Amino acid sequence: MIEALLTYPQAWLGAWWDPVFSVVWTVLKIMAIVAPLMICVAYLTLWERKMIGFMQGRIGPNRTTFFGIGVLGGWAQPIADGLKLLAKEIIVPTGASRFLFILGPIMAIMPALAAWAVVPFTPELVLANVDASLLYIMAMTSLGVYGVIIAGWASNSKYAFLGALRSAAQIVSYEIAMGFALVGVLMAAQSLNLVDIVKSQQGNVGVFNWFWIPLFPLFVTYLIAGVAEINRAPFDVAEGESEIVAGFHVEYSGMTFAVFFLAEYANMILIGALTSLMFLGGWLSPFPQSWPLLGQASFGWLILKMFFVVSLFIWFRATFPRYRYDQIMRLGWKVFIPVTLIWVAVLGAWMQTSFWIWWS
Amino acid sequence: MLPSTFQSLLFYVFSAILIFAALRVITAQNPVHAALFLVLAFCTSAGIWIQLEAEFLGIALVLVYVGAVMVLFLFVVMMLDINLLKLREGFWSHLPMGALVAFLLVSEMALILSGSYFDLLAMPKPDAAPVGYSNTKELGRLLYTDYVYPFELAAVILLVAIVAAIALTLRRRKHAKSIDPAWQAGVRKEDRVRVVTMPSEVEQPSALVTTEAEQKTAEVRP
Repeated sequence: MIEALLTYPQAWLGAWWDPVFSVVWTVLKIMAIVAPLMICVAYLTLWERKMIGFMQGRIGPNRTTFFGIGVLGGWAQPIADGLKLLAKEIIVPTGASRFLFILGPIMAIMPALAAWAVVPFTPELVLANVDASLLYIMAMTSLGVYGVIIAGWASNSKYAFLGALRSAAQIVSYEIAMGFALVGVLMAAQSLNLVDIVKSQQGNVGVFNWFWIPLFPLFVTYLIAGVAEINRAPFDVAEGESEIVAGFHVEYSGMTFAVFFLAEYANMILIGALTSLMFLGGWLSPFPQSWPLLGQASFGWLILKMFFVVSLFIWFRATFPRYRYDQIMRLGWKVFIPVTLIWVAVLGAWMQTSFWIWWS
Repeated sequence: MLPSTFQSLLFYVFSAILIFAALRVITAQNPVHAALFLVLAFCTSAGIWIQLEAEFLGIALVLVYVGAVMVLFLFVVMMLDINLLKLREGFWSHLPMGALVAFLLVSEMALILSGSYFDLLAMPKPDAAPVGYSNTKELGRLLYTDYVYPFELAAVILLVAIVAAIALTLRRRKHAKSIDPAWQAGVRKEDRVRVVTMPSEVEQPSALVTTEAEQKTAEVRP
């Protein structure tokens, strides 16, 4: 029946049928990734509030329910928040650059979503299995800073501008350390392709085959630089409530603010996914392959690992006070970059010896 | 007229955006807008490079120029306090010189591009890449074998530039109150806290005079 439906547009478009069909099909696949992602983002905000609540001896949101069912207390909170933000007025400040003011949040969320194009969920389930997917991810995450810069400049506000300047310097600094950490990963995996990177972590001893052991300094660097890259506590000087009110998004309200919020949480999940894929074995099981059910590789392991890394980010936020700006710069330039550079050299030497046992 | 294939349609769309963005870079009045149009131009040319199957160069263009260079560029441009009226003064007096330079550039390009070197026949279509061909791997192999000497030389020149820039701007301020974090973190308990051992005291309202022996035990330890 579907074929019968397709004959008419096929005849009408002629030679253009193939490209049009592939574009439509790709858009559908993108929807299939983005829609669950947005739901995850919404419920991540709830999990963050709940988890920080537990850590501080509070309950967290527990009132809003669906249809008055008491057991679901709190579960409707993200939806209620979203509706509230949708209904609010968007105020463009006087003297703001109107077009760029609206473009800011769009530029913030675009790279956060575009990077998911090359993220593999299982060896087969990936939108675009491109050769240089690690480079593509680097390029996309480096675009994320434009949302902050454009928003800060277009708001025509001093606090927003200060936030944008801080964020620009911070992200450019931490990107270098992040890039060097990825150099270590591609050296160990001998590939830029994320599917191959996960496959090269396969082995008989489960958790000990993953790259987090030989690349431990790079793993820690990547995790911390990732927190800095997505502007989260303790590296959230771009927002810095106690100093510059709300930083780059101080002038934003309603849905434009919500888009910044979505971008931050989508980036959190993205960094969680990348850390799991590159250092924690992706969809591979932490148990030896010989174990009956638990030893099998599956999508569920990836979800569990992502959940673990994302919960770490929330834990950081509940634990550490905000870094001072000069300390952030010192950590990035004087600690992380030397550590990653030295470890890349050590790795290069190590891989030439017979002590390198991470390939089967 | 429709372009014949989907690829050529994409090429025309990207080229149109690229030319528009490049024109706006030089015509936009606000320097921040001009810098953002340059970002757009970089992104679209990266798209065209990827269409030419040069995916490493395309992604590197976005990563290096858009992700790092233009961010720092914007950083500086945003802080400039520019009076647009003052900038536009003297347009007509600068025009002849500018027109001359533009004419020279265009004629140079015309001389090269209209010659027979860049004829379509002189530049046959390259063979299709074999299956499993990796652009990135091939570039890396060339850079570290055939071109390793110029590559290392370029790296050293850049390093010299970095060192020079830091040496020019680094200065110790006399009155700065910044504290060395390593020193701060290296503080030990012994440097800050003195533990005093003394017998517990029972408050005796009448006995205000202490004996000599008691004074000795209450003495502060070094």
